[in-house]
Amino acid sequence: MSFEDQGLSFIVKNIACVLAVPVTIFGLYIILHGHLTPGGGFPGGAVMATVAALFAVAFGKGIFGRAMRRDFLLMLESIGLGAFALLAFLGLGSTFFRNWLLGTGLFFGNAVPFGANPGFLGTAGVIPLMNIAVGLEVFAALSMVVVLIFSSEAKK
Amino acid sequence: MRGKFAAEAGEKVAVEGNERNGRLARVAVLASFCAFILLAMISVHEAGYPDAAQMDDYFIENGQVETGSNNIVAAVTFDYRGFDTLGEASVLFAAATGVFIAMGGLKK
Repeated sequence: MSFEDQGLSFIVKNIACVLAVPVTIFGLYIILHGHLTPGGGFPGGAVMATVAALFAVAFGKGIFGRAMRRDFLLMLESIGLGAFALLAFLGLGSTFFRNWLLGTGLFFGNAVPFGANPGFLGTAGVIPLMNIAVGLEVFAALSMVVVLIFSSEAKK
Repeated sequence: MRGKFAAEAGEKVAVEGNERNGRLARVAVLASFCAFILLAMISVHEAGYPDAAQMDDYFIENGQVETGSNNIVAAVTFDYRGFDTLGEASVLFAAATGVFIAMGGLKK
């Protein structure tokens, strides 16, 4: 690796690599279960963006040149916001932001029984899809801010 | 000579009086602030018993059926008030894009 002379020590780099996996999985869990448990797209995306800050601290400023390109993150952010707005506009058959997927039995389209229930992943219609879109956007936006700030510091 | 000395002493007394007045004013402001906070704490609502509970009851009774979401907060943010969330996401997008442009992301 060419990052050996930058950043913190060997131990911190390895622990950061080990921590990146559960942190990302936890963020994905928060995003995907946004319609069942507290959480959703915004906090889940923020948790996933923590990995960028973790790598920036552990590996130094040079890591973002190849691993996370800012144009790619800007594209991901635009895709997230565009998918969110598209999902909202697709409900325009009746109203804006209509939950058009609910009750169709398609992907995520099952109804939920009233009252206390164990929670089923395939419910709530467009809400999980919107959570995924917003999570993608928040993850890309916050990661891009971290990458930009760290890489602009590297120039000086 | 004597007059000048007396004038200086008088100035000193006046300055001390100003300091005392300033301290009194600060104590008065602090006391009124504490009284306001105490009164606000005493007169605050009991948690879970709002004056107007119609909207809460509506969400609790119909939210699961109308949106299919167990999490009523997600139902409100992404279904009932989705327009608000769209604006929120747009604000985040604009902020991140502004940082992108300000940091010179457009030029190679």
